[in-house]
Amino acid sequence: MSTLIAIAVDGIIYASWLFIIATGLTIVYGVMRILNMAHGSLYALGAYAAASLAGAWLQAGYPPMGSYVVLVASALLVGLVVGPLIERGLLRFCYGRDEVVLVLVTYALFLILEDLMKLVWGVEAWFVSEPYGLLGNVEFGPLSYPVYSAVMVVAAVVVGVGLRWGIYGTRQGKLLVAVIHDREVSAALGINVNRIYLVTFALGTTLAALGGALTAPTVSVVPGMGVETIVLAFAVVVIGGLGSMPGAAIGSLIVGLVRSSAVHLLPQVELFSIYLVMALVLAFRPRGLFVAVEARKI
Amino acid sequence: MTSSRRTVQGLALALLAAGVAAPFLPRWAGFLVTIAIAKALVALGLLLLMRTGLVSFGQGLYFAIGAYSAGIGADTLKITDAVPMVLLGAFAAGLVALALGTLLARYRTIFFAMLSLAFSMILYGLLVKSSALGSTDGFNVSARTVFGLDPHGPVGRFGVYGLAALVAFLGAVGVDRYLRTHLGRLAPAIKDNELRVEYMGASVRNVVHLHLVMAAVLAGAGGALTALAVGHVDPETAYWTTSGEFVFVAILSGTSSVAAPFAGALILELLRSFAYEHAPNTWQLVMGGVMLSVILFLPEGLWSVFRRRRRSAP
Repeated sequence: MSTLIAIAVDGIIYASWLFIIATGLTIVYGVMRILNMAHGSLYALGAYAAASLAGAWLQAGYPPMGSYVVLVASALLVGLVVGPLIERGLLRFCYGRDEVVLVLVTYALFLILEDLMKLVWGVEAWFVSEPYGLLGNVEFGPLSYPVYSAVMVVAAVVVGVGLRWGIYGTRQGKLLVAVIHDREVSAALGINVNRIYLVTFALGTTLAALGGALTAPTVSVVPGMGVETIVLAFAVVVIGGLGSMPGAAIGSLIVGLVRSSAVHLLPQVELFSIYLVMALVLAFRPRGLFVAVEARKI
Repeated sequence: MTSSRRTVQGLALALLAAGVAAPFLPRWAGFLVTIAIAKALVALGLLLLMRTGLVSFGQGLYFAIGAYSAGIGADTLKITDAVPMVLLGAFAAGLVALALGTLLARYRTIFFAMLSLAFSMILYGLLVKSSALGSTDGFNVSARTVFGLDPHGPVGRFGVYGLAALVAFLGAVGVDRYLRTHLGRLAPAIKDNELRVEYMGASVRNVVHLHLVMAAVLAGAGGALTALAVGHVDPETAYWTTSGEFVFVAILSGTSSVAAPFAGALILELLRSFAYEHAPNTWQLVMGGVMLSVILFLPEGLWSVFRRRRRSAP
């Protein structure tokens, strides 16, 4: 019984983390048709920014509770500075090209960002563990969990609900949906597609960075931490269906629960269980669970 | 496009040059060229796929299968010579592609890329957890003989290098010949418009499947050669970043000539060995920058600089 609870709780925590990152990836794909291979690097960038800013905050002796605000603020900072920089500086020159070409462009971006982070933050590990321990632990049946894990779950719910409201409940969101459906007609109707792209990419970057910033207190921030994250996020969005928000939610839950079951029941398969699920889903639903198969165009 | 005979002549000349240069090359250079050739073989397979309109982010799968099969062949099957080890690696990789191809051949664009990536990551996970194969450390691979010669002898020490050059020659000529056959000419047609190819009566899926197997055979041979040259295999060969490097070579070289991947891989390895020495933390930065410039300014790859500039492609 306690194993089941552990699987469920671990799975949900892991799924929340994945969801925050994967929705960013899926939104960028849904709107811009860019499968962003550099998403993992943006995640790592968020983690680095959080580690150094929150570290500086605590070092300066400000109230430790404020460090949570700093974590979120550093994610916003990365999203609002780096996101637009990449979109305006690089991606906008590539619009209208093949989806595969854009994968290659973002792969090149991934290579560049990986090294830029090493140049800025060095190759030593960064730590900012105070926010993790600050909230204490909570008893969960026979198990004890750090309360900080709940922060991740709450953040995922806030992100999910916020995006749902933002996309379907606001005027800007409806414009976004129009662009998703047909870019050219939207432009013809007077929607500023370029601005929508800019905002979307900044949003996607912020979400990746938020995932990283919230993870920073729980791990040591080291070079290469985005390398594995990106393939995990791929697995999530491919399982759910590229460009689908509910898909990202279900995909995260599936991947989270599969991984935590593997960890508790069959540790040997932990590493590849996720990709096995991804391959299985693709074998039967080539476009993922939540996307209908498109007719081929001549 | 240059005629078939000229390509073959050029490649034969390159093979000859590689043979003549061998005794004069310092050890590190011989090793570097061997590795470059091995990687170029994988990129050659990618060239075939890219001509068909597919980009695979999972060639590391076949590369690793080739490398591990060569090692297992030496350890378990008691294969003593390097030549059958490479053949085994290529064969095993081809076999895996034959099986996976039944599924993969149905996918295109990013879905193809992602699914091949998923398969390579599954293999990576398996290799990391299999203690019989050395888990994350991998194991050592060595051939007792190369072409029947002692690999430490005066002639035999060029064995792996020579074998790589020979495999590269055969692979390049083979692919070049193939691309001029009826089936081979379907590749660009499939890239342009699959449905029309179907209407003409050809099976797109079978052609794609065939190309997957051919690319895998080349990658398997490349993996086995790398294992022999390095003397070691580890699961990192199946990780997605390894596959990414092959994509890098393929993009850098472009798809216009079968010789291009060899030039591209050689440039990559040279750049890498110098970058590692002088600025180890900016190596990927350089790679990414080069890749971006090639994609944006030379969409046909570096090789296109050498040929007369035609109307620039859209």
